[in-house]
Amino acid sequence: MGAAAASPAVPLSPPALARLMPMFLWLSREGGILGVGPTPEKPLAGCRTVGQPFDRHFKIGRAPCGQAQRGFAEGLVRRGRLHLTLVARPATILRGSAVDLGAAGRHGVLLNLSFGIGLFDAVREFGLTEADFAPSDLAMELLYLQEAKEAVLTELRALNLRLEQARLSAEAQAQTDPLTGLANRRALEPAIGDAVAALDRGGLPFALMHLDLDRFKAVNDSLGHAAGDRILERVARILRTETRKGDVVARVGGDEFVLLLHGVSDPCRLKELAGRIIARLEEPCLIEGAPCRISGSIGGVISSAYARPDPDRMHADADAALYAAKRAGRGRCTLAGAG
Amino acid sequence: MHGLINRSVQNFLNETYGKNLWRDVAGEIGLSPDGFEPMLQYPDDLTEALLDAAAGRLGKPRFALLEDLGAHLVSIEPLRRLLRFGGADFAEFVLSLDELEGRGLMALPELEMPSLVLCDAAGGRFRMQVHARWEGWVAVVAGLLRAMADDYGALALIEMEEAGYGAAGIVHVTLHDARFAEGRRFDLTQPAAVH
Repeated sequence: MGAAAASPAVPLSPPALARLMPMFLWLSREGGILGVGPTPEKPLAGCRTVGQPFDRHFKIGRAPCGQAQRGFAEGLVRRGRLHLTLVARPATILRGSAVDLGAAGRHGVLLNLSFGIGLFDAVREFGLTEADFAPSDLAMELLYLQEAKEAVLTELRALNLRLEQARLSAEAQAQTDPLTGLANRRALEPAIGDAVAALDRGGLPFALMHLDLDRFKAVNDSLGHAAGDRILERVARILRTETRKGDVVARVGGDEFVLLLHGVSDPCRLKELAGRIIARLEEPCLIEGAPCRISGSIGGVISSAYARPDPDRMHADADAALYAAKRAGRGRCTLAGAG
Repeated sequence: MHGLINRSVQNFLNETYGKNLWRDVAGEIGLSPDGFEPMLQYPDDLTEALLDAAAGRLGKPRFALLEDLGAHLVSIEPLRRLLRFGGADFAEFVLSLDELEGRGLMALPELEMPSLVLCDAAGGRFRMQVHARWEGWVAVVAGLLRAMADDYGALALIEMEEAGYGAAGIVHVTLHDARFAEGRRFDLTQPAAVH
């Protein structure tokens, strides 16, 4: 303070001050407003400012200050970094600092302010222009940076969505049999793993069915591969309509299918379902104008038949049951462990 | 909730409690072990399920888990740096939290952050309201403030009041000693990259 008093004063006219620091605020020692820069004047448009007490328009922080009194100016200077808000617009934060004017603040205190991070809102809300900021202020750079970043971010956001969609469709394709649209083995095995894991958490029992088409090879040989493909598509449609939404129907080989059926613990229900599927497979149909008849053999297994169900063991047992069904004359279903 | 938030929970669980816990939690909520993509949006239910599953498996109250998450955020260097831009010392940092939401929104407009309102700041005691759609934020903020006090080398007591029905959560900060210990180093710019 002593050093400041000894050095020559800086005589500044109010217009010069407004040009150099458009966001200044000049207060008396008692907290009266002596001058307001053109920029903070804008949000206060239409209000009388000069001659009014500071706390008529401003608050320190968000709390009411009621400090417009003796010692007010020293308080502001001592605080260092200031956070002010506008009484009329509490969302607007003004940041800055205060210095004494004249020896020991004889001419009051001078504040230089900034909108801080509220710059974007302030510019929008108060219609501020480049002329409202000093050329030395970095506000324009901040606005520029914000726009540039938003443009880049918009592109990246769109790219993210495209990549995510591509990932999802690649993942779906990798788990789908392209001819029938059924699941493939890659999709089936994790689904069985999940069903076993769910049992440990008290999930429902489930059943597996291994299905081999009968006489498919003969039809394929006599009518050609295109006809064979139509038959496989028809089989896929039948399996889809005979199962429920959460069940998994997978094509795991040329004419081999596996069905994962949730919530099935009753051998009779499993046999009924298998009977229905075989009956529908056996319905005579025309494939590319030629009548054709196929059938299917099914081996079934139920998780509740095991103390600790294991996918490999269940597959092996279902396969054994399938071959038993084939040996017994095809076009029928055998359940594992049911003799 | 934004992927960045979900991903930080994932990283926190992974780094603090190990891969196995994360795998179990992910499996429980029907997520692949790869987890969340930071720049995608996810339904709020998934975040709730994630926190419930983690708190359940760790046998930890949810708020305690969220406080630890807040502290963990400060251990992420880029995030710690962004927070340190708030002020030169811990008191200034606390005063700057009014602007945290604005700064976060500037970085990522779709990121939903709590609105922090400093109500009292006198004699080293601060009282801050945490306004948010999601009541868990107050615990994250408390944990984050505790870790930031350490980062600045300040000795401060951080207490929180959970958000009541229709009311904001409150965090109380009592600053005992701003220069209690050597804080971690922070320079405004990082060394220029060497090409």
